Amino acid sequence: MRIPLIYNVRSALQRPVSTAMTAVSVALVVAVFVAMLALASGFRAALAKTGSADNVIVLRRGAVDELSSGLSRDAARTIASFSHVATGSDGRPMVSPEVYVLLNLTRIDGFGIGNVVARGVTERAFDVRKGIRITAGRTFTSGASEVIVGRRIAQRFQHMRVGDSLEFGGRKWAVVGQFGADGSGFESEVWGENEQFMPVFRGEVFQSVIFRLADPGAFDEAKRALETDPRIQVTARREQDFYVGQSEMLTRVLSVLAITITSIMAIGAVFGAVNTMYAAVASRAPEIAVLLTLGFRPRSVLASFLAEAAVIAVVGGAIGGLMALPINGLVTSTTNWQSFSEVAFAFRVTPALLLAGLVFALVMGIVGGFFPAWKAARLPVVQALR
Amino acid sequence: MKYLPLILGNLLRHKRRSILTTLSVAIALFLYASLRSVSTTLDSATEAGSTSRMVVRNATGIVFPLPKSYINRLEAVPGVSRVSYANWFGAWYRSEREFFANFAVEAPSFLDMYPEIVVPPDQKTAFLQDRGSALVGVDLMEKYGWRLGQNVTLNGTIFPGEWTFTIRATYTVTNNAFDEMSFMFHYPYLEERTERRATPGWFYLKLDDPDRAPEVARTIDDQFRNSSTPTRTETERAFNAGFMTMWGNIKLLMGTIGLAVVFAILLVTGNAMMMSARERTAEIGVLKTVGFGGGLLFALEMSEAVVIAVVGALLGLGGAKLLWANVKAFQQFLPGFGVTPGTLAAGAGIALLLALVSGFVPAMRAYRLSVISALRTVE
Repeated sequence: MRIPLIYNVRSALQRPVSTAMTAVSVALVVAVFVAMLALASGFRAALAKTGSADNVIVLRRGAVDELSSGLSRDAARTIASFSHVATGSDGRPMVSPEVYVLLNLTRIDGFGIGNVVARGVTERAFDVRKGIRITAGRTFTSGASEVIVGRRIAQRFQHMRVGDSLEFGGRKWAVVGQFGADGSGFESEVWGENEQFMPVFRGEVFQSVIFRLADPGAFDEAKRALETDPRIQVTARREQDFYVGQSEMLTRVLSVLAITITSIMAIGAVFGAVNTMYAAVASRAPEIAVLLTLGFRPRSVLASFLAEAAVIAVVGGAIGGLMALPINGLVTSTTNWQSFSEVAFAFRVTPALLLAGLVFALVMGIVGGFFPAWKAARLPVVQALR
Repeated sequence: MKYLPLILGNLLRHKRRSILTTLSVAIALFLYASLRSVSTTLDSATEAGSTSRMVVRNATGIVFPLPKSYINRLEAVPGVSRVSYANWFGAWYRSEREFFANFAVEAPSFLDMYPEIVVPPDQKTAFLQDRGSALVGVDLMEKYGWRLGQNVTLNGTIFPGEWTFTIRATYTVTNNAFDEMSFMFHYPYLEERTERRATPGWFYLKLDDPDRAPEVARTIDDQFRNSSTPTRTETERAFNAGFMTMWGNIKLLMGTIGLAVVFAILLVTGNAMMMSARERTAEIGVLKTVGFGGGLLFALEMSEAVVIAVVGALLGLGGAKLLWANVKAFQQFLPGFGVTPGTLAAGAGIALLLALVSGFVPAMRAYRLSVISALRTVE
């Protein structure tokens, strides 16, 4: 027969301070766990969102990122002529040859410099990329020294408000607008016209060509056609895969760190739970003996104490999740060492992460409660009742 | 001292509890020391760079090269005694995932300017004489099990193609702000194979006198301000410090986690101390009856917490110090990662605080407890 859970809840409440301390130590572990993974998942999500599964990014063969790539105007024209490229409503190909460079810009607090991506595009880029919209000001005018700035990076570097002017490449660029891109990596970039960027940066060369697939399912054929064409030396990747790939290293480092740190912390919290549960078992020995005498099976007693530890830990886990919740949406930035560029992104506390936190707490409770519960189940009845 | 057996006796009564509590203190301090070391390593990296060396880079960004012709004009700047240059090569080994820092350097001047990078004399000669050779850090050698004289092929990304180098020399460093994980080869070889398409990524300057750094920086940057390639000149220390800010707010992150760890363990320890004290209520009554004063009982309870904290601190801080002195897992990201004396002191301080806070409530209780109410619970 099962011992009702309410017995455990009431018992736990009999020693409120001890129970609360144990629960809060579990809560802190879970809060750190959720917060650190929210950091990793926010970073990954920002980059995963950057690329579209319908787009293809073409780089020079051998290049692993846009920075190390270079494509001539001829190559860009050749790529635009492929039949795999979608045609827009105006009848022109949905293709965007882009200039990609990193700028040394000063952070808003004046301390330190970050490598901010400057992307030279055409108006077409706003059709090829989905979800880009101007949130302040207007877009740049063709032929003018004007740029627009991603809204997330705009808050972290100097001279990025609408009306300011940025100085790079030996020229002054008027900031005429800010743009949003659903929280993706593009919000960490400065965009201007490619024809304006080319002469001041690397000369007559694009770094990448992005195009919309005519048939999103036909990526493999498009890739084969591009990579085997003798006129061009290129490598083609699905845009989404490309950006997910760029997030891999840092995401892995952050996740490994999160799991290592919280596992070590969890050992400490489990020790706390063990102490608490042993003390509970010791102080309730006569009660347990009565339960056993009444005919409850040792199995039920074991289950009952395990449940008690689990309840304390899960309550702690829930508190921990709540503690971590306010960081959801908080914007931070770091250098993505894979692309060497600054990426601003928001912490992302997902329901799955909160659930994982609860499961983690449950595991801590069960591990911490097992030996004390085992002891309770095997209590010598006669001695305990004496 | 005569009370020591009593303190130990009390601790040993609940061996398991004392051990678990001590271990959780040890774990907390281990984590705290490790996390704090990330911050101190970043700090020391920003201060490690020399102030008598400077770095000249393209003002637009580190990814833009500089004309090689600048070398003559840089050498002519008053206060500059030596000039070297290098370029980021950015190649990978075997697969895109196997990546380490690789540079093309103007080796003779570079090695002269960087006495921190130590190469055995015979290897140095061999390296300098063979333009297709490489100089590799000992940690990187160990990681891939490379030997001197071996050929290693890298795949270029910025400079495409397969590049094969013969390892002719290895280096160690005297200052742990430098890593032993880099791969360097001769700049002329890069120039030759790329048919002079490659130009220096940055210049290194050696100064006669560190005090002249601001003046030198101004002279150089003014000189190139209106050229097609303006420069940004700063001391190596400032350059390194700039690099460290790229990590973003990692110090805040590490600090916050450290705080959470310490607080969580404070709860665990405090809880254990209170449980022990509560179980001993009757004993305290007896001790008071036979003449133990409140102050003495306060001190006894406190000492128990102190013993747990001290043993935990020795284990946790000592463990962190030993582990990070021998494991080089983070060397690639954080050269010189290690636990500083300052961190050990901060950890000891936290241990003390932990003892005081966790011992205070039970100690105060022992101090205040009246004999009557304590003995009421005697069975």
